Amino acid sequence: MSDTNTTAPEGNGTACCGCKKFSSAAEAKFAELDAFIETLGLDPADERRRGRLIQILHRAQHIFGYLPREVQQHVAEKMAIPESAVSGVVSFYNYFTTKPKGKHVINVCLGTACYVKGSEGVLRELERVLGIEADTNPTPDGLFSLGSLRCVGACGLAPVMLVDDKVYGKITPAAAVKVVNEIKAKEAQA
Amino acid sequence: MNQIKTKADLMAAYEAAKGKLALRLAAGSIDSKKKDIVCCGGTGCHASNSQELMANLREEIKKAGLENDVRVIQSGCFGFCAQGPIVKIMPDNVFYVQVTPEDAKEIVEKHVVGHEVVERLLYVEPTLKEKIHDYAKMPFYAKQERIALRNCGLIEAENLEEYIANEGYQGLAKALTEMKPMDVVQEVLDSGICGRGGAGFPTGLKWKIAAGVKADEKYIVCNADEGDPGAFMDRSIMEGDPSSVVEAMAIGAYAIGAQKGLVYIRAEYPLAVSRLQMAIDQARACGLLGKNILGTDFCFDIEIKLGAGAFVCGEETALIHSMEGQRGEPTTKPPFPANIGGGYWGCSTNVNNVETYASIPVIMRKGAAWYSKIGNWVTERDENGHWVKTVSGNAGTKVFALAGQVNNVGLVEVPMGTTLREIIYEIGGGISGGREFKAVQTGGPSGGCITKENLDTPIDYGSLMKIGSMMGSGGMIVLSDKDCMPAMAKFYLGFTKDESCGKCTPCRIGTRRMLEMLEKICDGKGTEEMLVELEDLANTIRDTALCGLGQTAPNPILSTLRYFKDEYIAHVRDKKCPAGTCTKLFKLTITDKCKGCTKCARNCPVGAITGKIKERHVIDQQKCIKCGACIDNCPFKAIVKE
Amino acid sequence: MANITITINGKKVEVPQGSTILDAANKLNIHIPTLCYCPDVGCGVANKPASCRLCLVEATGIRGPRKILAPACATPVAPNMEVWTNSARAMKARRTVLELLLSDHPQNCLTCAKNQECELQKLAAEFGIREISYQGERNSYPVDESAAIMRDLSKCVMCRRCETVCNKVQTVGALTGNGRGFPAKVGTASMIPLADSSCTFCGQCVNVCPVGAIVGVSYTKKVMAAIHDPKKTVVVQTAPAVRVAIGQEFGFKPGEPVTGKLVAALRMLGFDKVFDTDFSADLTIMEEGNELVGRVKKYLELTKAGKSAADAQKEAHLPILTSCCPGWINFLEHHFPDLLDIPSSCKSPQQMFGAVAKSYYAEKIGVKPEDLIVVSVMPCQAKKYEAARPEFAPGGVKDVDYVITTRELVRLLREAGINLANRDDEDYDSPLGESTGAGVIFGVTGGVLEAALRSVYTMLNDGKNLSGDAINFRAVRGLDGVKEAKVEVAPGLAVNVAVCSGLGNARKVLDMVRADRTRFQAIEIMACPGGCINGGGQPYIKGDRAETLQRRMEGIYAEDAGKPIRLSHENPDIKKLYAEYLGQPGSEKAHHLLHTVYHENKRD
Ligand SMILES: Cc1cc2nc3c(=O)[nH]c(=O)nc-3n(C[C@H](O)[C@H](O)[C@H](O)COP(=O)(O)O)c2cc1C
Ligand code: SF4
Ligand code: SF4
Ligand code: SF4
Ligand code: SF4
Ligand code: SF4
Ligand code: SF4
Ligand code: SF4
Ligand code: SF4
Ligand code: FES
Ligand code: FES
Ligand code: FES
Repeated sequence: MSDTNTTAPEGNGTACCGCKKFSSAAEAKFAELDAFIETLGLDPADERRRGRLIQILHRAQHIFGYLPREVQQHVAEKMAIPESAVSGVVSFYNYFTTKPKGKHVINVCLGTACYVKGSEGVLRELERVLGIEADTNPTPDGLFSLGSLRCVGACGLAPVMLVDDKVYGKITPAAAVKVVNEIKAKEAQA
Repeated sequence: MNQIKTKADLMAAYEAAKGKLALRLAAGSIDSKKKDIVCCGGTGCHASNSQELMANLREEIKKAGLENDVRVIQSGCFGFCAQGPIVKIMPDNVFYVQVTPEDAKEIVEKHVVGHEVVERLLYVEPTLKEKIHDYAKMPFYAKQERIALRNCGLIEAENLEEYIANEGYQGLAKALTEMKPMDVVQEVLDSGICGRGGAGFPTGLKWKIAAGVKADEKYIVCNADEGDPGAFMDRSIMEGDPSSVVEAMAIGAYAIGAQKGLVYIRAEYPLAVSRLQMAIDQARACGLLGKNILGTDFCFDIEIKLGAGAFVCGEETALIHSMEGQRGEPTTKPPFPANIGGGYWGCSTNVNNVETYASIPVIMRKGAAWYSKIGNWVTERDENGHWVKTVSGNAGTKVFALAGQVNNVGLVEVPMGTTLREIIYEIGGGISGGREFKAVQTGGPSGGCITKENLDTPIDYGSLMKIGSMMGSGGMIVLSDKDCMPAMAKFYLGFTKDESCGKCTPCRIGTRRMLEMLEKICDGKGTEEMLVELEDLANTIRDTALCGLGQTAPNPILSTLRYFKDEYIAHVRDKKCPAGTCTKLFKLTITDKCKGCTKCARNCPVGAITGKIKERHVIDQQKCIKCGACIDNCPFKAIVKE
Repeated sequence: MANITITINGKKVEVPQGSTILDAANKLNIHIPTLCYCPDVGCGVANKPASCRLCLVEATGIRGPRKILAPACATPVAPNMEVWTNSARAMKARRTVLELLLSDHPQNCLTCAKNQECELQKLAAEFGIREISYQGERNSYPVDESAAIMRDLSKCVMCRRCETVCNKVQTVGALTGNGRGFPAKVGTASMIPLADSSCTFCGQCVNVCPVGAIVGVSYTKKVMAAIHDPKKTVVVQTAPAVRVAIGQEFGFKPGEPVTGKLVAALRMLGFDKVFDTDFSADLTIMEEGNELVGRVKKYLELTKAGKSAADAQKEAHLPILTSCCPGWINFLEHHFPDLLDIPSSCKSPQQMFGAVAKSYYAEKIGVKPEDLIVVSVMPCQAKKYEAARPEFAPGGVKDVDYVITTRELVRLLREAGINLANRDDEDYDSPLGESTGAGVIFGVTGGVLEAALRSVYTMLNDGKNLSGDAINFRAVRGLDGVKEAKVEVAPGLAVNVAVCSGLGNARKVLDMVRADRTRFQAIEIMACPGGCINGGGQPYIKGDRAETLQRRMEGIYAEDAGKPIRLSHENPDIKKLYAEYLGQPGSEKAHHLLHTVYHENKRD
């Protein structure tokens, strides 16, 4: 399993920020995040430091795969802003997630161009096949998350599906299921 | 690249680079030994494997020993993504579509070496059903006038030299060395260009207001949030011609007196982000950004700010809050961003859209007089610059993202005043699948629909508003008879409800209530009174919401109610969906035409169809999810919706 | 600034540039409904998100000559603007907006804590809402209840007042907008319980919430049960600021002191003894004054021995910070753990009272501490949290059993049919009811420090009291958020003091201390802007906040001026308490009963 996606930052290693205890894998991630925040040279006396928040959260989500409360608290502390300010932002933007994702993240575009070309049908079929509701929890085996998004700018290829970062254009329900099955087969081999 | 410290340095760089584009700008013949193979490297074609294709082409050329004569150029989006990956061979003017990595060998062997067209890769004109040999004769491009998209599909997107080769940065040089800031403002004002981000506010006037604010710290912002789903103009400009945005922002900064630029890009556009970053870095490296640009007192730099998936952040006050690391909630205007207290960190801030910026360098270079003659610009605005009365037309061109049930899906740039009919039937190649045209939705979730009767309306800000739609940012979704209009309204409301920031009452609760009514209507639980109530509520929300999102959210409802009342009536009175898409309003049955071929049963994803071979099959209505797969699969058209 | 003339409903009005349409309408006595707007949530900070849209009026001159709807609360006037507040379009818009709000609201006014005090309810009544045209899904959130504050977000109308006061005035930052779209509400980080957040329980959010979404937790039932329990002896203490605020609920002018009537009403309600927190305020001064004198003396010794001022300040734990406000202590423990050594170790007067009542007084009357029920009537929400802290329950018996706020007392009195206006003045019981003018001024910003200075002067001057007008330290009075003064506490010995109220101001002053340790020697901090007269449990202020607070402050100083004794150390019952029980200020017994320690508290 790729550990950037799924390891939860918990456990009982040594303290990393003086307040919380984390496993060493998580510790390395916090260190990576701290190193990044360090490069920004935030000045605690400058109220404009807050302007870096979204950038830092992007990086944090990239490192941890999601933004659990521990990570939000850590960011708040590093930036010297209230935790609520971080949480308010995280909960506002679609891009940020507080729940871990599956190993493979499937997104079906529900933008207008894709919608009129039937992408909703693709999404419903994937929900049925994977047995999960879109934009909720991953499959029980942790292999897939299913979500929807609104337009990645590849509208010419509508309807569009993304699996991890790969774009599949002109997708049909059957073709989408085929992609899923291929991944399943590959994972079973590995 | 050499340092560009003065205008003379720039001109020298231009002279040195100019030759690079010679093959691509000339019309030559297939016999030419020297060739540029232009491959699309945009998001769409990327997705269709263009990277591998390019690698293969380079490989084959190397094998053929033609490295010195034939170059493979990675360009930005051609706007024809549906047919991607696109390969254009110059100076031959041959345009290949849907090229796979495996085709590389044949292209090199047959076309490059053998000077013979690979017929099977040519584009087939959908209406005439014939293969197009000469790019210039493609109807998709013939009617277009590409100004904002001038470099897309022409230059190498990641290469500043190529931008300079096509007269890049000469607009900035002219502004900085020959004009005062107020002259630049005046030039933009005279050009008649209006904001392409949606509201259509005259750009020159916006700059004039910002320039008039006395302040030491000012910002210029590029709105690259492109939230309208189904529109991708800004994406392709940033991917294909990022330097034009950089140059334009510098021009704007000079005009209004800003020292710093910010580009707010949606996180969903990683390629655009990286191309833009490259353009900024390259410009900085050679002195076109930074201190004392082109030997003048003007200092300017640009930073990229990433969005995080919120449509409302396209609204300028929300965008500013988002850049400040806040929740992207709009605030009431005044204060406007240009006012002190209204912009980024309270500083005077000017916000323009990507496409608006992309036209600015050309306007500077060629002059307002040239630009204002494009389109037919006869407008009237009040002292605040708002469109009170627009007789007809605007200046310049507008890029549209043509999508939906149309043959040529893609980006088209046309002069203002072009009619919808021209766009859909001539450029767009008509309705796909032999369907019948029903409507065009312009302006995305904020817009409205345009019907057959209005197909000859010239496209400009005023005319569209008059028929209850709006230009918006340029999304243009073509709908056919198989699209249900109440369902489309429901779709858009679902979007605006999800994207409402939740700040103000009418939008937070009202969009939800309108959506609930539309859901009832589409489920056959609506009443005629509900239609009256819906229209009433829609009108009030339009009147009362705090920002543009809520104010325009009712537009899809109001315009479909206006033009497609009969479809609504059918849903509420007869409980029928004329387009046959509202699943609660029909069921599928197998008629006696059934031959018992079992094909439907084999294709039903939920196993709802049973029957013995050669006997009439039946559908279990409890199980059926109304996916329609059986209808599509029955060779005998035995299955009907009713 | 220039004036601008506009027309509202055909009437011309001239207002200063920068005024809003609402200001102009007020000047004409034209009423425009509002909900989210609050001109002063505290310290003069306005909440003006223009988000509820209930103040929409029709106007020209905003976007050119077109008539548009604009929020009156946030739209600045412009020359030649014409406004219609009651046009068909404006009235319909406002009604629809209100109906939409109500369509996502549990309409259970009868059992709501805000019944009859709710701004939404009042609007529905004003608008004559008889049916709600829109039905549909409603938000529902679990109720979050702590020892002090209860939040029911299904009633939240997203006015953002609480968020503004918590972030901009108090700079606590416990609250934020959460989520977006239909389910969006103001909540804590990750929607954790308030008790797990950085909240200080200052209750300022309670004071400004227009609806029943944030309210104090009510202990009235428990109090009445105790009163009606024959096995219990129930005593009550009333905080200084209650007496100048409660009157407004019974028809008195804001700020008018009703001390004697309050005592009479409490007695009628059934309390066995009615005591005064002012008594323990005097006690606080004895202990805190002693502490301050000790620290100053140590400082003088250290500097004499050649230490730098900064080092001496540090070693002598100066500046001393007052510790009678639990909201502020919560703030300190959370945000300034590096300064935990400097506040006075004194418990708050409420807790001192409880501790003395359950020991000294209980012994005196021969009642077991667990059969003595101590009830506090406080202007405060944080006091509920404080009373519930485990360190204030030695042996599991709480020093203070129940805390009710001024507002809760009003409700109890109403239920019992007791109208303050109809009661004759009565006196507090002895011995814990005797107090001085120094005790009563604890209720307002500056008062604690002034009371301390009055006694410290005597302590440093061989028992010589201040006399005449010198007793009034006017430099530390007034409602300004931060006051700085240099005061002479002994001939030739001047100290720099600061007084601040509102936690945002506290932050400023503490940042000053961090930057320059020698700047002050004594600092008074109260969490609520203006002090306890503006506490989170006081009757809701309906008109001008600053005006009401000014009146309440004047009421406090009038009480002080009218007292025969105005120095804490002259309080005869205090003297008796030390003589009979505690010994000296700062004695071991005093320490055990009246002092506490602080802990870093990173709750989120
Ligand atoms: C809800 C909403 C979304 C918007 N989204 C965008 C957007 O994605 N891109 C954009 O350029 N303008 C968007 N706008 C318009 C901007 O607020 C602003 O008018 C525009 O960026 C100004 O640039 P222009 O004058 O060059 O058009 C949006 C407006 C609203 C109300
Ligand atoms: S209209 Fe919608 S998006 Fe705009 S402020 Fe109101 S709730 Fe937010
Ligand atoms: S519509 Fe779909 S689910 Fe229903 S019977 Fe046909 S194939 Fe099966
Ligand atoms: S596909 Fe058509 S003909 Fe064949 S079994 Fe099904 S309904 Fe009958
Ligand atoms: S908050 Fe107001 S309107 Fe709502 S239930 Fe309580 S009293 Fe009634
Ligand atoms: S106001 Fe109406 S609902 Fe409320 S108690 Fe009286 S009669 Fe009942
Ligand atoms: S009680 Fe005070 S600190 Fe707590 S949330 Fe309310 S305003 Fe903020
Ligand atoms: S909780 Fe109260 S004060 Fe806070 S936003 Fe909701 S209604 Fe307003
Ligand atoms: S100032 Fe008074 S009312 Fe406010 S929290 Fe402190 S003690 Fe309580
Ligand atoms: S609408 Fe799906 S990619 Fe644009
Ligand atoms: S991405 Fe290749 S044509 Fe658009
Ligand atoms: S009171 Fe003006 S919008 Fe709420």
